[in-house]
Amino acid sequence: MSFLSILALLISTTIIYSAPLAFTAVGGAFSEHGGVVNVGLEGIMTMGAFSSIVFNLTFADQFGSLTPWIGLLVGALIGLAIAWVHALATVTLRADHIVSGTVINLIAPALGVFLIKVIYGKGQTNQINESFGYSDIPLLDKIPILGKLFFQNTSYPALLSIVVSILASYVIYKTRFGLRLRSVGENPQAADTLGLNVARLRYQGVLISGFLGGIGGALYAESIALNFANSTIAGQGFIAMAAMIYGRWNPIGAMLASMFFGLSQSLSVIGTQIPVIKNIPAVWLQIFPYVLTIIVLTLFFGKTKAPKEDGINYIKSE
Amino acid sequence: MQSRNNKTIIAICSVVFGLIAGAIIMLFFGYNPFSGYGSLISTAFGTPQNIGEIFSQMTPLILTGLSFLIAQQAGFFNIGMSGQLFGAWVGSVWFALTFPHLPDFLIIIGATTFGVVIGAISGFIPGYLRARFGASEVIITIMMNYVILYLGNDAITAVFPNSIKQTVDSSNQVGNHGGIGLKWLSDLTNQSSISAGIFIALITTLLIWFVMKKTTLGFSIDAVGKNADAAKYAGINEKATQIWAMTLSGALSGLGGVTEGLGHYGNVFVQNSTPETGFNGMAVALLGSGSFIGVILAAALFSALTVGGAGMPNISGVPTELVAIVIALIIFFVGTGYLIDLMIEKIKSADQASSNKGKGPGAGKQQQKKISKKEQKELEA
Repeated sequence: MSFLSILALLISTTIIYSAPLAFTAVGGAFSEHGGVVNVGLEGIMTMGAFSSIVFNLTFADQFGSLTPWIGLLVGALIGLAIAWVHALATVTLRADHIVSGTVINLIAPALGVFLIKVIYGKGQTNQINESFGYSDIPLLDKIPILGKLFFQNTSYPALLSIVVSILASYVIYKTRFGLRLRSVGENPQAADTLGLNVARLRYQGVLISGFLGGIGGALYAESIALNFANSTIAGQGFIAMAAMIYGRWNPIGAMLASMFFGLSQSLSVIGTQIPVIKNIPAVWLQIFPYVLTIIVLTLFFGKTKAPKEDGINYIKSE
Repeated sequence: MQSRNNKTIIAICSVVFGLIAGAIIMLFFGYNPFSGYGSLISTAFGTPQNIGEIFSQMTPLILTGLSFLIAQQAGFFNIGMSGQLFGAWVGSVWFALTFPHLPDFLIIIGATTFGVVIGAISGFIPGYLRARFGASEVIITIMMNYVILYLGNDAITAVFPNSIKQTVDSSNQVGNHGGIGLKWLSDLTNQSSISAGIFIALITTLLIWFVMKKTTLGFSIDAVGKNADAAKYAGINEKATQIWAMTLSGALSGLGGVTEGLGHYGNVFVQNSTPETGFNGMAVALLGSGSFIGVILAAALFSALTVGGAGMPNISGVPTELVAIVIALIIFFVGTGYLIDLMIEKIKSADQASSNKGKGPGAGKQQQKKISKKEQKELEA
């Protein structure tokens, strides 16, 4: 294989593996800027994956190649519903954020498999026929070299994740909604005094994270896993959370960090085809991103400040 | 803060609510909840073997429950129990299989120590990183779960010599050389996987209770967890205490892994994800709401549900996963204890109102209305 085609292969798999993480990590940023820690991203992704696969299997005949896209939307709506439970528990019922998130993570795979057994009578679904494949982006793929590297054999939802992260960054840092959201995450008392509805804004932040996390899970299911079983989503939600922190709660940073994790995931998948890398024992490639995350988090913690009141319930005084 | 009394009521209410919610789910999907729970109970307590199985599953749950409890008392959220347990599990089985010629008691002591040390180190790392650098232990422990998962699996497949392996991805049985099975117990329970692990877990609970309630270390951990700054000004070395607490927490999860390796399974095998037992320990500690007896009772409840749940599909057609859903819902209700707190208050005030009734006609009723409105407002806020 020539150097260029190896690079092209590496880039396209990286983008495809990173997109689900990017959607979810960007979602997590919304939740945490509003002051609600969302460890439940893993469970939200699981339910997004579950619902999109069920939808895809049921309606593939009616919608044809549009099915995976509608599947994303279905995953997003289910993610929204799960996130609503998290918001209800944390904002309204004052539950510990990590406890509520962990409950979501515990319940999601069990509920998914329970429903799969109820619907299909077996523990895992069939493979879907309508998945997100590889496609060339018209016009852009004709650019010499760059076209081959970035716009051939790539996927539309993966490019969409980049657009969404840029948009999300704009929303959080440049719009009135973003300013208000950040203010309830930084100093809810002050925001409340100025007449902002702290609870409503926190709900909105969490719901956005559910919407995007649902898309992330659905995208993973429909582009990589292609079916749903107990371990379809195995840790992607946690990695997305790490990516968000890595990216310093900035959506664009979260997306770039997701790319890094996507790269290391794709290396352990296609590493055997790449010279030098194929000589490294697989286990080192597998643990590399996690070890690096630990090191980076430890050394650069001073610069990665979470929103001030992140994870702390705001109880309005009488 | 909530009183111990209220916490107990919250725990009991949560279990009841969780079971009711499970029944509603069964009804909704066309199963009969009575036959569902009936089959659960008859499976769990139907045969001596399954009763033995309940004790066997309880063992690591008690230990990981304690592990979470200790970390929580010091203000840490240890999600890494799963990895700490797996690392120790691999380590203890490796030790037992590698030194089969030592006297049996030395194998057990050596394997246990080796496993517990692996667990302790994997607890020490996030403890140290947070105390020294302020890195979030939640993220570090999650990341470490993956690191330990891959290293452990690699150890089993690539490092374990073929002579101690049964298949490519599982080890030989430890058997009599290092195993902690007890003949009279397995005979009593028709050869279930029960082992001396349950006694180890109960004795450890007693020890940890003693450490936490009667020693300086326990007092320091509690003080640091409640208010690290205050503890520091009172002369407690808060960083060292935090690190000790996480190391102890890791060691306890590690001990849970040792009982899995030498007792419950008797060997070790490649995992798809870090063992769920580690995460369920958190559920046990949360339901146990900070009490040692609570941890044991919660572990017993969850194991009985799990063992019984395995029999549900055959007898009543309900998928086993229902049990995991019920357990998660129970924790949800514990976590949103505020809701149950409100209800307790409401019942109390209603009692007061009705006892006031004698003093003046209608007065009690009015008071009751006022309170419920106020509480509704609180709920909405």
